[in-house]
Amino acid sequence: MSQPVSDYGLKGVVRDLVSYKSGIVGLAILSLLLVLSIFALIAIPYNEAIRLWRGQESMWIENPRTAAPEWIEVFLGKRLPRTVVLDSRVKQPSSSKASLDIIGADMKKILITYKLKFDYDELPSEFNLLFYSNYTTSSPYLRLLWKKPNGEEIELLRYSLRSPDDRLYISTNNDILTKLLEFYTTKYPVNVSDRVTVLKLLFGKVTPESLSGGDFEVEKGEYVLSLEVTVFSKNDDLDAKLIVYGTVYGIAGTDHLRRPLEIPLLWGTPIALAFGLTASLVTTFLQMLIAVMSGWYGGLVDSVIQRITELYMVIPFLPFLIMISIFYRLDIWVLLMVVIVLSIFGGGIKGTRALVMQLKEYPYIEAARAYGASDFRIILFYIIPKILPPVVPGLISAVPGYVFLEAGLAFLGLGDPFLPTWGKVINEAYSNGALYRGLYYWVLEPAAMLMLTAFAFAFLGFALDKIVNPRLREL
Amino acid sequence: MRERYDMPFKGLVKYILKRAVVLYLTMLAGIYLTILVANMGGKVDEIILADLRTRVWDEVNRNPVYRALSGAERERLVNQIIENEIKRLGLDQPFLVRSIVYLRDSATLNLGRALFMTSDTGSRLVKNIILERLPATVMLFTTVMLINFFVHLLLGLHLSRRHGSLLDKVIVTLAPTSVLPGWFYGIILILVFYTWLHVLPGGGFVDTPPPKDPILYTLSVLKHMILPMASWIISGFFLGVYSSRTFFLIFSTEDYVEASKAKGLPPRLVERRYILRPALPSIVTGFALGLIGSWSGAIITETVFGWPGLGLVAYTAIQNMDTPVILGFTVIYAYLLMLTVLILDMIYGIIDPRIKVQFG
Repeated sequence: MSQPVSDYGLKGVVRDLVSYKSGIVGLAILSLLLVLSIFALIAIPYNEAIRLWRGQESMWIENPRTAAPEWIEVFLGKRLPRTVVLDSRVKQPSSSKASLDIIGADMKKILITYKLKFDYDELPSEFNLLFYSNYTTSSPYLRLLWKKPNGEEIELLRYSLRSPDDRLYISTNNDILTKLLEFYTTKYPVNVSDRVTVLKLLFGKVTPESLSGGDFEVEKGEYVLSLEVTVFSKNDDLDAKLIVYGTVYGIAGTDHLRRPLEIPLLWGTPIALAFGLTASLVTTFLQMLIAVMSGWYGGLVDSVIQRITELYMVIPFLPFLIMISIFYRLDIWVLLMVVIVLSIFGGGIKGTRALVMQLKEYPYIEAARAYGASDFRIILFYIIPKILPPVVPGLISAVPGYVFLEAGLAFLGLGDPFLPTWGKVINEAYSNGALYRGLYYWVLEPAAMLMLTAFAFAFLGFALDKIVNPRLREL
Repeated sequence: MRERYDMPFKGLVKYILKRAVVLYLTMLAGIYLTILVANMGGKVDEIILADLRTRVWDEVNRNPVYRALSGAERERLVNQIIENEIKRLGLDQPFLVRSIVYLRDSATLNLGRALFMTSDTGSRLVKNIILERLPATVMLFTTVMLINFFVHLLLGLHLSRRHGSLLDKVIVTLAPTSVLPGWFYGIILILVFYTWLHVLPGGGFVDTPPPKDPILYTLSVLKHMILPMASWIISGFFLGVYSSRTFFLIFSTEDYVEASKAKGLPPRLVERRYILRPALPSIVTGFALGLIGSWSGAIITETVFGWPGLGLVAYTAIQNMDTPVILGFTVIYAYLLMLTVLILDMIYGIIDPRIKVQFG
């Protein structure tokens, strides 16, 4: 055993840490993560984070599903479609609304037009119309007209609203597909590929080849969607929001429920740090305390502690933890406590106990005993300071293990039921087929955060190990 | 001469017997604790009862045979069925009695029937469900563990002889990469080799449909083993080699090693007698701990890869809230752990002369 160093202040340790490259890197990443955590806590308070993450789908209705982050364009060298929202209730140059009373009848015509500039290299992902209407007796009747940049005009649908806040999912509507196919097959009589979709026909350059092959190039330019609405009372009204969903969103993309991933990525940071550090810190110190008591007092205390340690040895940690978290439906902080309880009698005890038994025989301890120092005083002032230095690197190096433990449990679906964490994002990505559908960003973003955290502590741990175990420095 | 040889052996047997008894009692305590925790004061029973009630009602309502029955008659029928089920599941006893019965059953590996799951052969016995999957786990993870163990040991020994070389520096620098667990590397490997390159299967045990030819079948299984094995090998590699190299280096700077070198003993002999021999107990401990780790860490990795081993059984049981299976799983792990610790103790007894002396 190397001579433990006990004359180290915080300043000295930091100065030594900086003298190791891994120490600098570890400290730098850790500070970055701390800044991120503080930012997350301030920008999105706890309850807000839960509300945003657990909210209804309507909260994120204007976001695309499983959209990659915007910066992915840099790698693909293409311009990918952003989401466009046009609302007839909002005055903007690209959407207009006019209404006209029909004289002689209690009816009204409403004309809503949306102008949509589309010059991206890929098709949008979805195309929806959300209606906001009020009517008393008969529901509004509407005609949808689509005008492409090349001048083609197609009637997409004639439609009666089913409810005041009806939604029309244009991209998956079969009637619209039929209408579009009717239009184009009269123009080009070819066998239509079954890979043709509404979105391809709406936004693609339709030629006989593309129609039979199923691959469409995007037709760039200005599209016009017009809604000719007839309402059957002068007091009735109808507004509509057009959402053309893109394939990219924000700095982190979205998941299958349209939620922006930056929320869990940001919020995962304080959770991972708090979980890992607390688990490691408390476990290490309690283990140390138990080992010191076992080594110092010996006798009955020692044998009880030894038996419990053996009991812990045959209790399988992960299965046991999984069992507890299923049966008791734990949130993350209770889980943290269970993890601590399940690890305090773990492997670290034997080594420290042996060290304490060695220290017990040292002359300076005997001297302390001779002048009448209490057990408490000897343990606190003479033994713990002596065994603390070798314990600290282990403490830091153990943090990633706990961070990944939380992530692993979340991956099994046993994470916190409310809070967004990195492991949960990976779990959702996995169970929604991100690995099979090639949605790399969904897995890689939380994975990168986990890796950053793990490496920060691993680097720090290695550097600290070299500082407190000078023998390692020569090796 | 004979006596000198005999005595330590008797001591060894005595020591092993004592350890076996202590460990078995410890394991019983562990299992009882598991039962107590699992039952959470009877709440598991409540869940089962509520579930049973909905299931029986559902079945009776759906069964055309009972359609003619009136409401009251139907309710009586449902209550009758539920009562029979409660008797079948043994839920009518007080908890203390049940817990002792559970303990006796668990200790004799009589793990009862699963609530919902069945084994591939159609059995509902928890023991069959679990033991049937054990070979798959052992095949994958024990293989990986053995590979890791020997690679780390041999490479570590090799590097300890020429530390400071380029390879040594690379290993030392990359050691922190091992903080990422195997399952995590697994996800990354699937992304690279399945999602991106399409060269290896992303999960499962064998191609679907399974090849008829036994050779092709084996090859297909081997192909499915590549990624899960690679994920654990990569995850363990750098830290494993680094620790074993540092470990040997520390042993080789001991004074008695210097002395033996100074005596002019050949390097091979020095290595075998003065470095490896005293390091043996720690190496064996590392081996046993690796073995245990390979079993319990497998739950997440098997779920990632859909590998039909013990871990996936646990995951399926979690999804279905199949209490007996989860309990049985924990019990089997406790048994495996106890056996490992016992074997470890036996090996210690053989290789550590102090134990023979103590019990001689």
